[in-house]
Amino acid sequence: MVEITDVVCSLCGCVCDDITVEVEDNKVTKVKRGACSVGKSKLMGHNRIKSPAIRVNGELKDCSYDEAIKKAAEILAASRRPLLYGWSSTVCEADKVGVELSEELGAVIDNTASVCHGPSVLAIQDVGLPSCTLGEVKNRADVIIYWGANPAEAHANHMKRYSYVSKGFWTEEGKKAKKLVVVDVRATKTSKMADVFLQLEQGKDYLVFSALRAILYGHEEVVPDEVGGVSKKDLLETAEMMKGAKFGATFFGMGVTHTGARQNNIVNAIQMTRAAHTHTKFTITPMRGHYNVAGINQVCTWETGFPFAVDLSRGYAWYNPGELSATDLLIRQECDAALIIASDPGAHFPGESIKHLAKIPVIQIDPFPNPTTEFADVVFPAAVSGVEAAGNVYRMDNIPIRLRKLIDSEYPEDEAILKRILDEVRAIKEKEDK
Amino acid sequence: MAEVLIKNGVVYDPLNGVKGEKKDICIRDGKVVESVKNPKVIDAEGRVVMPGGVDIHSHIAGGKVNSGRLFRPEDGRKGLEAKTKVCRMQSGYSVPNTFAVGYRYAKMGYTFVMEAAMPPLAARHTHEELVDIPILDNAALPLLDNNWMTMEYVNGGDIDLLAAYVAWIMKATKGFGVKIVNPGGTEMWGWGKNCSLNDNVPTFDVTPAEIIKGLAEANEKLEMPHSIHVHTNMLGHPGNFEITKETYDLVKGVNTVKDRQVMHTTHTQFHSYGGTNWGDFESKADAIAGYINQNDHATIDIGSIILGDTTTMTADGPMEYNLYQITGRKWTNHDVELETGSGITPFLYSGKSPVNTIQWAIGMELALLVEDPWKIALTTDHPNAGPFIGYPILISMLMSQKRREESSADMHKVIYDKALLPSIDREYSLYEIAIITRGMTAKALGLHEHGKGHLGVGADGDVAIYDMSPEERDAGKIQKAFLNTKYTIKGGQIVVKDGEVVATPDGKTYFVTPECDDTLTDEMLVKLKDKFDHYYSVTFNNYPVQDDYVPNPYEIKTQMRG
Amino acid sequence: MGTKVNLISGRTTVQGRNLDSKMSEEYFEEVARCDLNKADMEKLGVAADESVKVRTSYGEVVVKAKEVAGTPEGLVFIPMGPWANALVSGDTHGAGMPSYKGIDAEIEKTGDKVLHVKELMQTYM
Repeated sequence: MVEITDVVCSLCGCVCDDITVEVEDNKVTKVKRGACSVGKSKLMGHNRIKSPAIRVNGELKDCSYDEAIKKAAEILAASRRPLLYGWSSTVCEADKVGVELSEELGAVIDNTASVCHGPSVLAIQDVGLPSCTLGEVKNRADVIIYWGANPAEAHANHMKRYSYVSKGFWTEEGKKAKKLVVVDVRATKTSKMADVFLQLEQGKDYLVFSALRAILYGHEEVVPDEVGGVSKKDLLETAEMMKGAKFGATFFGMGVTHTGARQNNIVNAIQMTRAAHTHTKFTITPMRGHYNVAGINQVCTWETGFPFAVDLSRGYAWYNPGELSATDLLIRQECDAALIIASDPGAHFPGESIKHLAKIPVIQIDPFPNPTTEFADVVFPAAVSGVEAAGNVYRMDNIPIRLRKLIDSEYPEDEAILKRILDEVRAIKEKEDK
Repeated sequence: MAEVLIKNGVVYDPLNGVKGEKKDICIRDGKVVESVKNPKVIDAEGRVVMPGGVDIHSHIAGGKVNSGRLFRPEDGRKGLEAKTKVCRMQSGYSVPNTFAVGYRYAKMGYTFVMEAAMPPLAARHTHEELVDIPILDNAALPLLDNNWMTMEYVNGGDIDLLAAYVAWIMKATKGFGVKIVNPGGTEMWGWGKNCSLNDNVPTFDVTPAEIIKGLAEANEKLEMPHSIHVHTNMLGHPGNFEITKETYDLVKGVNTVKDRQVMHTTHTQFHSYGGTNWGDFESKADAIAGYINQNDHATIDIGSIILGDTTTMTADGPMEYNLYQITGRKWTNHDVELETGSGITPFLYSGKSPVNTIQWAIGMELALLVEDPWKIALTTDHPNAGPFIGYPILISMLMSQKRREESSADMHKVIYDKALLPSIDREYSLYEIAIITRGMTAKALGLHEHGKGHLGVGADGDVAIYDMSPEERDAGKIQKAFLNTKYTIKGGQIVVKDGEVVATPDGKTYFVTPECDDTLTDEMLVKLKDKFDHYYSVTFNNYPVQDDYVPNPYEIKTQMRG
Repeated sequence: MGTKVNLISGRTTVQGRNLDSKMSEEYFEEVARCDLNKADMEKLGVAADESVKVRTSYGEVVVKAKEVAGTPEGLVFIPMGPWANALVSGDTHGAGMPSYKGIDAEIEKTGDKVLHVKELMQTYM
């Protein structure tokens, strides 16, 4: 038995890096400390895709990696409008090969941000983002706001490691000396911990942000007695709490990005933060979902210039979310082949867009079988990043942390599979050129 | 192996005192040698030949730069170029993608660029991008001035322990030298405040002046190749020139065994302001240049303005907030726990604005009023005062008074009252241009001892051949020649020919590993590990940059002086 | 037809724990369900674990009902996953983001069975 410390979790955007595990006979046998139940489940492992496979007459038939590589490269090289999607549950080293493959193919490359915090990116492009690292929140913040986010379920260690429950330099008393505000449409595990729970009507976030902005800028007279199901009294009280903070931190989740006004909600959330910033220090941070969705946004940005929804068919990067995001391409039935890696559109895309995905040739790279496997035509099992493969990832606050390799894998890493597909695509194109 | 002979060029190699001599350059296995046997011959035909350019200060890689790219797709769309057989796709103007950074610098004849600000906690990010920048050799300066460890050691007067911490950070971040940005002010910004040179930073009970002096002393104890590299307090504030001068005075008595300055202040244009507000704002370039002329312990780079739209970005969080309040444009901020911060906002430098006009003049005034070019470097603090792609404009300005006069006539008329530029008739020679873009920068960084910035035997085979004759006085032709070389040769390989990138070898990353006494390091680590146990959000063991992120390393070892 | 409700989807702990084992029973039990408040359960005449059919303009799906206090009247929560998404429009309103929350839906008690994940995916073929 070997004990491994400083293990980095490859599940959610918290990227906890102080986990201790036990390894025996090349298996993680115990997660001793540091991980939440979701992270623990990830580290302990699940049923795997056992072999590469190609769909023949509706059934996936096992094959060799060589055969699968050849088939995948043929599909991609023959495609006139390929979509390469996912990239969030793998490491940046793989993402870089993904951008290169997309460039070689003239493909559209998109990542899971487009169905998660894509609207946040659009908002940041509109107004910017006054933010900070999670350690800043830990050491300084005395007022924490979770808006449209339920970390108690979705980012279980977030409050303990970084925010409400954590203890830092100026916050050594922990939650006793902090205030927690939760804004949501329903009571959640998180809202039960709150000092102030603002339960708003679904879809009314924009209005409530606006009301708080107005109050923070000193225009409370324009705010009616009730806004989006929240009383003016509660809004005034919340605004006072924000103004009185030594350091305030807003975190927002998909309750805001998925709803109605989308990026306009986030613009307003950021503007509310700026309004609070005129009174005291205030920051705002998106609660990123996948452990490396921030990382693919980083890689895609430094290599193409743009964070997601990038069309490389012109030879240079053309960015237009809403036209080139995966869902839009699928709804228009525009793409004629797709490579899906480190994500599961079969489970997480609207049914309407899955219909097209199920029709076209789909290549899947993933350690685990999932709904996407049900219609994938070429399937590659891969090593699990953070357990069987190392590599860099970016936490929700864009801090880079290198995942550790804990055990050996019988499966190749994402990066290696992608490189082989890229080589094979180049070989096909070279032959065609001749 | 491969040999190259560059014949018939007119060589400007200031570190070797070569002032425009017709001279052959021989390269074998990537290094300059006395002679070659079977070389590939490049006929430079009376063109201007210089060592590869060395940029002392530019923001090309890392979290800030990428946040700039991410939140400015409108800038990304300005520089779109399709991939070619040799080059990958390009985007961006003030915030180019990594590939474009490499290609565009190489086309201007540059072969080394210093990334000027690396937050230690996010160092891995900076290196991930540096790896993706083709052609250029590179290095990065970790930020060390608002670090709690630094302030605590400065407060206790423990310069040896401070040096041990600096040494550890260099190794952990694969960093090159000590960067200081608004010392104390960025920590204050953690509470939404700022401070000036002699203000007390609460909790840590130190002043920015003490931080600067302490780090200068620690830097010299470690015998670092480069001096401390300082962005002084109160950037961009009218009247800040007094603070700048006072900052120089702080380190006047600091000794060094190295043949260089003990302080380099960067983008000094932003720190040479007179007046008390934007109304009576005026140039104090003469005061700063005067100081530099009379003293030998400090060097500067100019951070000269390129007119037009750009993306400002700095670890100086409060400064970016001020700028955002002036413009009302978008603003991103990212404070980094226990260490530093950063802010980003777009900015338009307009010749119609009186303030921008004076700023525009100051950068060039500094270059023209500092008498000894070995004390001054050409920069735009890319992209803060403008993108690096504007260097050829600045070179042509410095070489042509006529061009300056013509340009001044297009600026706001305030230039004739509140700036000095119209009264200066100095013109730079090509030799002086070679100093401020290669010789001085390599020497100030200590890289001349590692083959950079010159063409003596043993130097790196990094050469720029500009398509102009040494007699050329036409500013437009000078600008054109410096934008796209006839040839850029990197490590003996032709990477640019006739203004086109023809090869994209990987660059090397230079970093310094200072060694110090184990007992000192152990004592320092007790304090540092306590910080990780209680205040950092990552663990001590996950913090250092792994070797995987520096695949082409160039290590420079130093030993702490007892 | 059924009762008009407002549909939202989102994460849960158990859903997260099974992100890498979506073909498992635990995932099915957790995700193929919808949270309703007590009054709505009574209005529909469903008891816990009885099936309800949820329909939107984009599709319909059968899930098990669960009473969850703190869910406002008229709001239905289905954990994110294939069952919720069978009801979601792909129209992103030019933002790239589908409408995962705030969808007009109708809900009614049903005797139909809840499709297993493989059966559900078959409906797209």
